[in-house]
Amino acid sequence: MAARQAMPHQDAKERTRNFDEVALGYTEEQAIAEASRCLECRNPKCVQGCPVEIDIPGFIAQMKAGDFDEAIATIKLTNSLPAVCGRVCPQEVQCEELCVLAKKGEPVAIGRLERFCADHERKKGVAAPVRAQSTGKRVAVVGAGPASLTAAADLAKEGHAVTMFEALHDTGGVLTYGIPEFRLPKSIVRDEVEYIKQLGVDVKVDYIIGKIKTLEELKNDFDAVFLGTGAGLPKFMGIEGENLNGVYSANEFLTRVNLMKAYRFPDYSTPIKRGKHVIVVGGGNVAMDAARSALRLGAEEVSIVYRRGEDELPARKEEVENAKEEGIIFRLLTNPVRILQGDNMTVKGVECIRMELGEPDESGRRSPVPKAGSEHVIDADIVIIAIGTSPNPMILSGSDGLKVSPRGTIVVDESAKTSIGNVCAGGDAVTGAATVISAMGAGKLAAQTINDYLRNN
Amino acid sequence: MSYTILEKKQIAPQVHLMKVLAPDVAKAAKAGQFIILRIDETSERIPLTIADFDADEGYVTIIFQEMGKTTKQLAQMTDRDVLLDFVGPLGKPADVRKLGTVILVGGGVGIAPVYPQVKAYRDAGNKVISVIGARNKDLLILEDEMQAASDELYIATDDGSKGHHGFVTDVAKKILDSGEKIARIVVIGPPILMKVAAGMTAPYGVETIVSLNPIMIDGTGMCGGCRVSVGGETKFACVDGPEFDAHKVDFNLLMSRLGLYRPEEAQCQENHQCTCRSGN
Repeated sequence: MAARQAMPHQDAKERTRNFDEVALGYTEEQAIAEASRCLECRNPKCVQGCPVEIDIPGFIAQMKAGDFDEAIATIKLTNSLPAVCGRVCPQEVQCEELCVLAKKGEPVAIGRLERFCADHERKKGVAAPVRAQSTGKRVAVVGAGPASLTAAADLAKEGHAVTMFEALHDTGGVLTYGIPEFRLPKSIVRDEVEYIKQLGVDVKVDYIIGKIKTLEELKNDFDAVFLGTGAGLPKFMGIEGENLNGVYSANEFLTRVNLMKAYRFPDYSTPIKRGKHVIVVGGGNVAMDAARSALRLGAEEVSIVYRRGEDELPARKEEVENAKEEGIIFRLLTNPVRILQGDNMTVKGVECIRMELGEPDESGRRSPVPKAGSEHVIDADIVIIAIGTSPNPMILSGSDGLKVSPRGTIVVDESAKTSIGNVCAGGDAVTGAATVISAMGAGKLAAQTINDYLRNN
Repeated sequence: MSYTILEKKQIAPQVHLMKVLAPDVAKAAKAGQFIILRIDETSERIPLTIADFDADEGYVTIIFQEMGKTTKQLAQMTDRDVLLDFVGPLGKPADVRKLGTVILVGGGVGIAPVYPQVKAYRDAGNKVISVIGARNKDLLILEDEMQAASDELYIATDDGSKGHHGFVTDVAKKILDSGEKIARIVVIGPPILMKVAAGMTAPYGVETIVSLNPIMIDGTGMCGGCRVSVGGETKFACVDGPEFDAHKVDFNLLMSRLGLYRPEEAQCQENHQCTCRSGN
């Protein structure tokens, strides 16, 4: 069996000085060689691992034959955001985990192949889609992140008139404000949104549902509503010193960098503090993104402080490796206790305590227990808290009757219906912070439910 | 989307009033709320309190003082120019109810956000005593409008060029001392004024409300940059506020956080001036 094709990367030293994309993508030869590794299983498991059920063996077979146009057409039957998914999906725990070759250690690089097909099409220029015949039904989609983009695209393809409402000035949700340019170039997100607009979706940015219009008003104005409002409310640890100058939520830090382009300050007017010693608290993809961004902003030393061990890091393995290659320091089994104050209410350092892993908790992971007497101080002038987010409560104002869990997530049934008649929901607003692809899967399901509803009403 | 400036005028040295066409925002706006605007692609997002709004005409009035690069750039815009983004209404509306007699205090450009509140409190059936102040009489804004909207209006200037020679808080204190029963005081202005006012009213036990203006980006609770400490609890001014109980606010923290980007602002302004000069 041929070895898995390595992904060409921008050199580690070089890339820490720019925000250009790190993974460079396969060449045509590499793509065909990688596609040729697929065993064409009679009973392919990979598809079961894909929340949007892409015909993976189908598009890979087309790639083998060098027919990239057919391959992307196959992918797009079920996935409206292939260039995004090919870059940020956690394939190693989805399609690739179930690949038969994974048992031998090296599954087919399905994500990289998907990315190749999408990029191949982009290079040639994506053909404008044919608009579906109008059904005369109107659907409101709240939010413009992956769940909403997917739902909007699927509903537009069915011929419904879709209006998408976004609170920020740009679409893409977390793809735009959260994921850095070096992992997902904004031009890709923009092109994907452009495609969705060409399907007939009317996009209104700067428009806050819950303020300009309540959900109640929205559901009266439209035949159906999809809520894909995401989980944008940052969590803090509640430790001493968290409001000091120099402590950022990962959301704020990344929004300044990505959405507002603070890395190009002062050409772009949004400022950001460029720290010398940066500590990022957390171990997920967002923590990796924040740490690697801080490094690119010129920090001398960036540490990830995470209370569990290497095996428990929730971030994608590939991103952890990228971060390590770039020189990010991993302080594992370590947890912040308080943030120390320097002059003028700025950050001077973080007092941490070492942890050991005890019994598994309700998440199934072994829970970290502090080791008494192991307190120590790490110097820092910037601290970024990346321990997760919870759903944004803004949508809830003026939406009496919308059932919400104690965690603040919107409650839905198995078909994505909320407690209100013609309103569906999906993505992080329902699950809490999760992955792009699971949000897209939820958007798809909701679109199907709404479509059934509109056909019968 | 783009948002047309219907009217722009200078109302005091370095203070400008702008009516911006934003029908959706105008229709939903309430006293106490704010908007976030962005001039163009390279601009930052800045929050400004709504000074007035007209749902029928579809415009929102903002009043701002030239401070940093963005407000200076904004000051150079004029009628029929367009803003790239104008988002709102944000924040909770002011909790306006019939309470009896209410004192509304505005300092400097803080008079602007006080104005719609004066009207709202009066519409709710309150007696409104307004106290407005500035460093000198030229910096005093909306005097006529405040006069028309208030039951009583008092003026204070730091240099004594008009009204009471001193601070708005002196005037408010006199009213409290006069024995008239005051149900609530609302104070909006520079953080130091709000801090002093909170200290002044505390012994009287009168409910005191301030409107906070920390640095923020999205205004929808997403960034957490606008966090303030109120009664020892961390709150997000954009969604939990912007109005809070003055006696519980940690003003020192607010002021230190407001100063966070001063070095960058200076750099940005320098850069902006360089660009302007090279353009001449």
